[in-house]
Amino acid sequence: MLRQIEGSRAVAETVARCRPEVVCAYPISPQTHIIEAIGAMVKSGQLSPCEFINVESEFAAMSVSIGASATGARAYTATASQGLLFMIEAVYNAAGLGLPIVMTLANRAIGAPINIWNDHSDAMAVRDSGWIQLFAETNQEAVDLHIQAFQLAEELSLPVMVCMDGFILTHAVEGIDVPDQSDVDAFLPPYEPRQVLDPSDPISIGAMVGPEAFEEVRYLSHLRQLDALERIPVLAGEFTESFGRESGGLLHCYRTEDAETIVVALGSVLGTIKDAADARRAMGERVGVVGITSFRPFPHDAVRSALSRARRVVVVEKAFSVGFGGVLSTDIAMATHDDDLTIHTVVAGLGGRAITQHSLEGMLVDATNGRLERLTFLDLDHGIIERERDRMTATRRSGPSAENILRDLGTVASRIG
Amino acid sequence: MFQVRFHGRGGQGVVTAAEMLSVAAFTEGRYAQAFPSFGSERMGAPVVSYCRIDDHPIRTREPVMAPDALIIQDVTLIHQVDLFAGLSSNGYVLVNTLQRFDELGFGEFFSQFHRDRLLTCPATEFAIEQLGRPLPNAALLGGFAALTGEITLDAIDSAIRGRFSGAVGERNVAAATAAFRFASLAKEELTRA
Repeated sequence: MLRQIEGSRAVAETVARCRPEVVCAYPISPQTHIIEAIGAMVKSGQLSPCEFINVESEFAAMSVSIGASATGARAYTATASQGLLFMIEAVYNAAGLGLPIVMTLANRAIGAPINIWNDHSDAMAVRDSGWIQLFAETNQEAVDLHIQAFQLAEELSLPVMVCMDGFILTHAVEGIDVPDQSDVDAFLPPYEPRQVLDPSDPISIGAMVGPEAFEEVRYLSHLRQLDALERIPVLAGEFTESFGRESGGLLHCYRTEDAETIVVALGSVLGTIKDAADARRAMGERVGVVGITSFRPFPHDAVRSALSRARRVVVVEKAFSVGFGGVLSTDIAMATHDDDLTIHTVVAGLGGRAITQHSLEGMLVDATNGRLERLTFLDLDHGIIERERDRMTATRRSGPSAENILRDLGTVASRIG
Repeated sequence: MFQVRFHGRGGQGVVTAAEMLSVAAFTEGRYAQAFPSFGSERMGAPVVSYCRIDDHPIRTREPVMAPDALIIQDVTLIHQVDLFAGLSSNGYVLVNTLQRFDELGFGEFFSQFHRDRLLTCPATEFAIEQLGRPLPNAALLGGFAALTGEITLDAIDSAIRGRFSGAVGERNVAAATAAFRFASLAKEELTRA
């Protein structure tokens, strides 16, 4: 039923309808509302049978999830930012062991400087961990992706991370349809584990593998991710048949058929980008949008096909590789391998900086007129940078940059005079 | 699209206010999106929240930069926050205070605005009267309904009851109704003036 509810609430209710048997998580903004709601549902008996395990850290949360999943339980957790980094060793292990844990990542920046707001640094930090990473554009898609995630994870014995923008989605209240229990039950079969720890039939999981077979085990993981490339669109199609709306899949194209410029991005910023694209189209510029839903596995063929008729591609990224440039842009360049196609990286929205339609349109005008550089930072305040560089030149003991910059900015009061 | 920005302090229900307004709009069959400004939540710290209402699905995720209406839950924020950023001269402003709008020391800032779109409302007093606590958010939504006509008081009441059950809900509805009446009268006076 369509209700006006918070994204976190909708995800929590949806996860509950997927009937996880073990939920183990440690609270961290902006994931907290999801976990609080699931905890309350377990306590009230609304979600049963399910064990909610309180632990002392994210490392323990993922470790318990691994243990639970290895016994054949459907396991769910959620985290963000520093929490993800704290559990990273276990994150790799979950993938390496082939355990189909589903985790919500409420995307948030990584410190220092400490910052609780949204960007994609956390997801990018575990890009190579072996987890499937799906990015939600809207809260409705976040809901729908969780249902598909359990199905995909368990079918392939691979963990799946559903990435949803922290605060922008998790704390947004909007019309969201949380599917009925019976519909979720009909779509999502009971978990049939490929491997299970059972005292009555003992096996071991987690053998040490030396040079004789490590590469093969890793390659097998890669093959299973390639299998996911086949399964993700099929599952999305089945989802549409069952639930009557399109969600998930490898990527979404918007007005790309005749587009000269195509903007590529991950997550909730796609909404604002589509508004900007429509506005530029009204001015006669042929702009389209591609939203990547499946970031890992990366859909090389689908990306190449979606971008094949474009003259230039602008990749808007909420993260970047310091000392290098765009992360998603690199993947896009690898997928297209077209020397005639210009690929621009626009880093935007770091640490929660608002990505506005106004700035996006300005950037698109620059792109159309050949004034957009290969790597730019949207709305970067060069004055702040220069003044801090000057302070660093003026004296050796210039102090911590973050503090200097905040002092430089001062407080903003109402401008009424 | 009608865009509202709420300014207040942590603990005043600023986020809940935007949420309830979005629910009210939803119950009237419209599309709505509410979200907070994502600060580190602390009692007393400045908090901003937003609500968009439209007849079409809302795609944008940017903060409300050019509000059609401002609801200011705590007027002392004037010294800390750029309250009126992006507000056009067609905009509505509702300020929670016992003072009259012309007494707030805004000088000539609002001289080009429609005077009957600028109101103050003693929402904290209505809340204390009904709830015994200084929580002005529900009352201000009643005032907002009267000021803008963008939403009905019935829809506001239903959203308040959806958020607060039982007696607390009814008392908040009473505060919203009192503010609605107050703002309706004040607006009428301004229209006649």
